[in-house]
Amino acid sequence: MSGMNRRDFLKKASVLAAAGTLPISLVELAFGKGDPRNFTFAFISDSHITHIKGREFVRNWDRGLIRAVAETNLLDPKPDFIVYGGDIAQLGKPEEIDHGLELLSGLRGKVHFVMGEHDYYVDLGDYWRKQLGPDHYSFDHKGVHFVVLNSILTHDEWMHRDWPDGMARMKEMARLDNPNGSPFMVGEAQRKWLAGDLAKVSHDTPVVVFSHSPLQKIYKGWNFWTEDAEQVQALLKPFRKVTVIYGHVHQIQYNQIGNISFHSVMATAWPWPYPSTYRQAPSHLAKLTVPMNRADPFFERDATGWQWIDVHSGHVDLHYFLPNNTNRTVAFDEQLGHPVDTRYQDPAKRIPPQEHY
Amino acid sequence: MDKHRNISMAAALSLFVGLATAGHADEFDTEDLKRWQAEFMSVVEKGDRLFHGGLKSRNSVSCDQCHPNATNTHPETYPKFQQQLGKVAVLGEMINWCIMNPLESEPLALDSDEMIALQAYIHWERRGVALTPGKH
Ligand code: HEC
Ligand SMILES: [Fe+2]
Ligand SMILES: [Fe+2]
Repeated sequence: MSGMNRRDFLKKASVLAAAGTLPISLVELAFGKGDPRNFTFAFISDSHITHIKGREFVRNWDRGLIRAVAETNLLDPKPDFIVYGGDIAQLGKPEEIDHGLELLSGLRGKVHFVMGEHDYYVDLGDYWRKQLGPDHYSFDHKGVHFVVLNSILTHDEWMHRDWPDGMARMKEMARLDNPNGSPFMVGEAQRKWLAGDLAKVSHDTPVVVFSHSPLQKIYKGWNFWTEDAEQVQALLKPFRKVTVIYGHVHQIQYNQIGNISFHSVMATAWPWPYPSTYRQAPSHLAKLTVPMNRADPFFERDATGWQWIDVHSGHVDLHYFLPNNTNRTVAFDEQLGHPVDTRYQDPAKRIPPQEHY
Repeated sequence: MDKHRNISMAAALSLFVGLATAGHADEFDTEDLKRWQAEFMSVVEKGDRLFHGGLKSRNSVSCDQCHPNATNTHPETYPKFQQQLGKVAVLGEMINWCIMNPLESEPLALDSDEMIALQAYIHWERRGVALTPGKH
């Protein structure tokens, strides 16, 4: 078989496999099946749609998003809404944002968007906001308060250096391992807005925050990091149940810091290695995390995916849809008070591809 | 001592001195080490640039997009069996696999300057890690 034929075969086979395994039944819910406070939403992130020239886009990244959209539409029960976690584009070009939105327009349901650095640094988010509206906002749904933050801002001095043009700035920020990059931050203005927004919410209302970068510090060298994470966490501290869900890292991570559960989501485009595998610098991934499977280099959708999230009793469970791999569920454990993988948390249950080195 | 012997002694001496000079040149010094390291690092830097978008790529995708700081390239595990190549492969063959697939581009000759530079960079980022040939 030629490379192309093999790919086409894999594509067809995986669509069939998906159709065969969906719809998925919900895990058992804490409030019981009929409770109106239980609901689900879908989460798609990091598609990195890349414009080559004319009408040409990188096929591999297109396929990832197309697949996530098709599978999301098969969910039963239908999710109440969909969140897009940022990095819809690779270099923030209007062509890329428009093409990404065109592919996402196939989704049945309302989509809430989060800003990623790849959407932002060419024009400081102008085109994205023109198409999608504000980059930080909040909304309420079935008793849960949702907040969307733009966490990928950075120091003004870096942002407004004498760049030759916006694209030069974008290319610097787009390089993950750039030693001349600059750390992400929510920034003072947005933290002030957040404080005001949360002031109207009672402390027993569950709060779910969406950001692009982790609102915790894992590895600065790749911006798996938000500079003012502690200040944002402090604003969330008074609430009994808080969950932060973020993109950017293209891998499974989860953690618990005090009252806050942290979850990352997979990319539809490509996976990233865990920072611990870079031997020249230390990093701080939560011990709790059972890593995603290491990618098989010969299957292009491997170690990519999307999520279905169910919210119950104010906590969230993430169901990861992982093409060609066993799907995973990371659920909040009421007894332990933190998220656990429902299958692999016990070290004795781990499998060889979860070893990263 | 006759004249003849004197001449042959001088010849022997100069031969000895000559050898000693050659032997001395072989005993490299810190300047040599510096120079050789600089030669190596200039190739590492070239590889770094190729890895970060400098390599010709038909679809504009670059190595660092999936391998920040050359992570997940595991040079210490080569040669190793690659199932889909159906054989034990060297590092350069997997580099070419990534050039042909994620980058949708033409493979490099295994002994080309670009291939050597990519390998120099990949190995440099992995320095200090023990060899584990064959490991998956
Ligand atoms: C779309 C993402 C992607 C891009 C772009 C990419 N690779 Fe890879 N590459 C992978 C994946 C996934 C693997 C498998 C990793 C593993 O085995 O842990 C891999 C494997 C490799 C390996 C073998 C690693 C091992 O563990 O045996 C090397 C070497 C490599 N890539 C080099 C490169 C080089 C050089 C480039 C640029 C020319 C490149 N890659 C571009 C995704 C990519
Ligand atoms: Fe991303
Ligand atoms: Fe990102």
